[in-house]
Amino acid sequence: MSEYHALAYTDLVLASVLVLANAGLSAALGLGVARQMLIAAARMIVQLLLVGLILQWLFTVASPAITALAAMIMIGFATYEVSARQERRLTGWWTQGLGGSTMLLAGGLVTVAALVVVVRSEPWYAPNIAIPLFGMILGNAMTGTSLALNTLIVTVRREARAIEAQLLLGETRWCACRPPIRHALRSGFMPIVNAMAATGVVSLPGMMTGQILAGAAPGEAVKYQLLIMFLIAGTTGLAVIGSVYGAVLRLTDDRHRLRLDRLAESPVTGRSA
Amino acid sequence: MLTVDHLRGQGLRDVAFTVAEGTGLAIIGPSGAGKSLLLRALADLDPAEGSVILTTTGAGVLDRSLVDAPTWRRHVAYVPTESGWWADRVGDHFRDPAVVAPILVDLGLPADCLGWTVQRLSSGERQRCALARALEQAPEVLLLDEPTSSLDDTATKQLEAVLRRRLAEGVHLVLVSHDPDQPARLALPTRRMVDGRLLETESMAETVG
Repeated sequence: MSEYHALAYTDLVLASVLVLANAGLSAALGLGVARQMLIAAARMIVQLLLVGLILQWLFTVASPAITALAAMIMIGFATYEVSARQERRLTGWWTQGLGGSTMLLAGGLVTVAALVVVVRSEPWYAPNIAIPLFGMILGNAMTGTSLALNTLIVTVRREARAIEAQLLLGETRWCACRPPIRHALRSGFMPIVNAMAATGVVSLPGMMTGQILAGAAPGEAVKYQLLIMFLIAGTTGLAVIGSVYGAVLRLTDDRHRLRLDRLAESPVTGRSA
Repeated sequence: MLTVDHLRGQGLRDVAFTVAEGTGLAIIGPSGAGKSLLLRALADLDPAEGSVILTTTGAGVLDRSLVDAPTWRRHVAYVPTESGWWADRVGDHFRDPAVVAPILVDLGLPADCLGWTVQRLSSGERQRCALARALEQAPEVLLLDEPTSSLDDTATKQLEAVLRRRLAEGVHLVLVSHDPDQPARLALPTRRMVDGRLLETESMAETVG
């Protein structure tokens, strides 16, 4: 197999000409995205260089406590993203609590199990394996969880009258909420189902491409990619199910009432999913 | 006997009344007085303190705070002015077509409407189907929120005839109505609700504000 082919910073400067050319073209055509594109490119450069430095340091220190701390910070960012992508949040910290705790439980469980049982790295918490693995798992769990929670709350609000009609006929909250639950679970699972179906046919997964570029045999890269997809699917499933059922518990009460009063008053302004 | 005492909750201030088996109560009052909130609280659909106890010869004693909510709602049926529909086909909202078909006919609906889509129902047909859905379970208490608001005269008369028959069978009826003559046609005593309170009995002849 070929050796790892390192890039020099001068190579990057050459490649960045493409972005500059794009921005120049946009300015010439008056598209108005030149500024945005340059700012985004600058952000990307700073963020990635910083992350590179941080990861380098993490991998050298290789301390279990600092690795765990890094994982917790990642959970914090993921939780913020889940909450920011909701049209309507639950009152208090329930959206953040549900999203964060299910991602922490499912992601932590699956990552630790994979490291100990499948990858068997030495030591098992080796940050150069644990952190990228956890990051990929968490990113996908985050997408699934935020989609599922948003769909659940939007559907429950839209179908409130139909849900109450069933409750009034003596159905339980689980039976009355079955259509929104199904809807939410489907939308939470959809990205990972699509990703699995399209992988290798429509798109070559980034991690696999990266490993091949780094000199790994395609067969070996495929094995790692399969492992990752299984872990992602498992974690996303657990986090989506946990957060959806948790949110239904919060949106109803033990007297089988619909409690839309537990949704935050004003619609959230800001980014939508 | 339906006994309501010290019922307090959102928009309700210490409501108390009793309705004997086979009789009813009509509640009138301005919009926003808490009439619908009262019916929701009686069905335990909104949290409310106070006691609601149903004593019937058939079902014995049921206490809202002691039985589980689904059981309570099968005995105490609330039909809102506008009901929800959760399936495409009308028939999928009922348990037993054999039981519900004669109820639909009594309410002036064609029996084959069970095969229609909900989309096809007019607002008046929806209102009667929602009542039929509740009547199918033969509840001891009927809490009806303006049950004839979308109905023409013929359909209103048919619906009132169905209610009179249910009353004769021992049902307790609590009716919210904006039709000033409806309580008299159903021989119901009337009480006015203002600002979350149920005022003392007033004469049936008094017009609704």
